[in-house]
Parts: sequence; C-alpha cells; structure tokens
Amino acid sequence: MLSPREKELIAEIWQRMTPVAEDIGAEALLRMFATQPGSKTYFSHLDISPSSAHLRSHGKKIVLAIAEGAKDISQLAITLGPLQTLHAYQLRIDPTNFKFFSHCMLVTLAAHMRNDFTPVAHAAMDKYLSAFAAVLAEKFR
Amino acid sequence: MVKWTDEERKVINSIFSNLDYNDVGPKALRRHFGSFGDLTTAAAIMKNAKVAAHGIKVLHGLDRALKNMDNIKDAYTELSILHSEKLHVDPDNFKLLADCLTIVIAAKMGESFTPATHTIWQKFLNVVVSALGKQYH
Repeated sequence: MLSPREKELIAEIWQRMTPVAEDIGAEALLRMFATQPGSKTYFSHLDISPSSAHLRSHGKKIVLAIAEGAKDISQLAITLGPLQTLHAYQLRIDPTNFKFFSHCMLVTLAAHMRNDFTPVAHAAMDKYLSAFAAVLAEKFR
Repeated sequence: MVKWTDEERKVINSIFSNLDYNDVGPKALRRHFGSFGDLTTAAAIMKNAKVAAHGIKVLHGLDRALKNMDNIKDAYTELSILHSEKLHVDPDNFKLLADCLTIVIAAKMGESFTPATHTIWQKFLNVVVSALGKQYH
C-alpha cells in the first residue's frame, strides 16, 4: 500500500526525472541488457548499443509512461490500458522481465540521485514499479 | 568453478577497497528490512543499532568471497550450512539483500557505477548468493 506521502514522493521524483527521461531510460535499459542478457531477445529489431538513437528514444518512451502513471497512481489500470494490450498481445514480453527492468531502474535512480535516494524513497519507488509492472501484465491471461 | 578475467578481479577489488563497511553494511540491511516491513517503521530501523551491527557483519561476510574468488562455492560451505540449519533464512532473501546492497553501492558511487561495473558486481553477487544457497537440502 502506498501512503499519501509516498505517492507525493514518487510523483516528485518522476517530475524531476522527466527532463532527463532519455538518459535515465537508456541507462536503465543498458543495465538490464548487460546484467540480464536474455532480455535482449526482445530487441533484435533495434540497435541497442550504448548511446544509439533507438536506445535513447525507447528509454525515453518508457520513462515518460512511468512518469505519467505516477501523476495519479490510483488510475493506473485506466492510464495503462493501451500499454497493457500492446505488451500482452503484440510485444508478448515475459513479465519476469518487468522485474529485471524495475531493479535496473532503481539502480539508475540511485546512481543519479545519490543520497537523495533515501531508503524511504527506495521503498516507495519499489512499490510503485511493482504495481506498474503488475498492471502492465494484467491482460496476459 | 567461476572464471574471472583480470579486469573483473580489478573492479571487484576496487569496489571493496573503497567501501566503508561501517556505513554501507547498515544501509543495505536497513533498506532490505525497510522494504520488507519486517521491523515496525523505516525510521525505527534506521535508528536500530542492532541492525547496524548486523549489517557490518554481513558485509564482512562478503570478504570471504573476495579472498577466495576462485572457489567461492567451497569458501561458503560453512556459512551456507549456518544460514540453512541454524538461522533458517529463506534463500530468496539472499537475492533481495544483494539487490539492496547494489542500490546502496550505486548511490555511493554515482555515475562511476557504470553499466559495465554494475554487470561485474552483479556477477560477483550472483555467485555469492548461489554459494550461500548450495547447502540447503
């Protein structure tokens, strides 16, 4: 369960990350591809080498979707409707990969925010990203 | 047996030589228990001296892997038996704590915790976590 204070914190952090969405998104993806090579199999149609245009634009898309969801967490199922369909019927990404990506996103946030990524912020963000991933996986079955 | 390149050994040793155990150990444990809600509140955990002391102990446990990189599995036999038969720790927790430790180190090192460094660090932790779970029957 996310407390009102945690929801505020999450929204603040994503607002702060929106201007650097490309950097954050690309880095999180890169970390995932490096530590979980199996995740690369979903991107064989793109150039995912470091600093590639594909990597940055894709990273940006993901971060902006996460940031959008953070503006009203109680509405996640509605906000993510189209993305749920996309992931379940077209992309068919095994939802375990959502967990890998979430962890890499947390590491990226920690590396960027340093001491500002407090245990309270970490816990809140982990809860949010888990909820996001769960909603995203809803149409799989 | 796990194979390590010279570069990988250098990176792991470098992370440990710059590690303030008294700072990082408690922080990692606080995050682990904090996000698990095992102790009453995050604030309570952060002030908890016993959690702090334990964090330092756990981090020093990693020294054993550092000193025995070519045979981490055997070096951890004793600790694995301890965690399984005496402490009764669910091995899923090793991965959770490892993830929290990675985040603490990322926050410490900032951008020098590059994806490449992160990958080497992850490989190291994967081996330790696996070794710790080996004696569970």
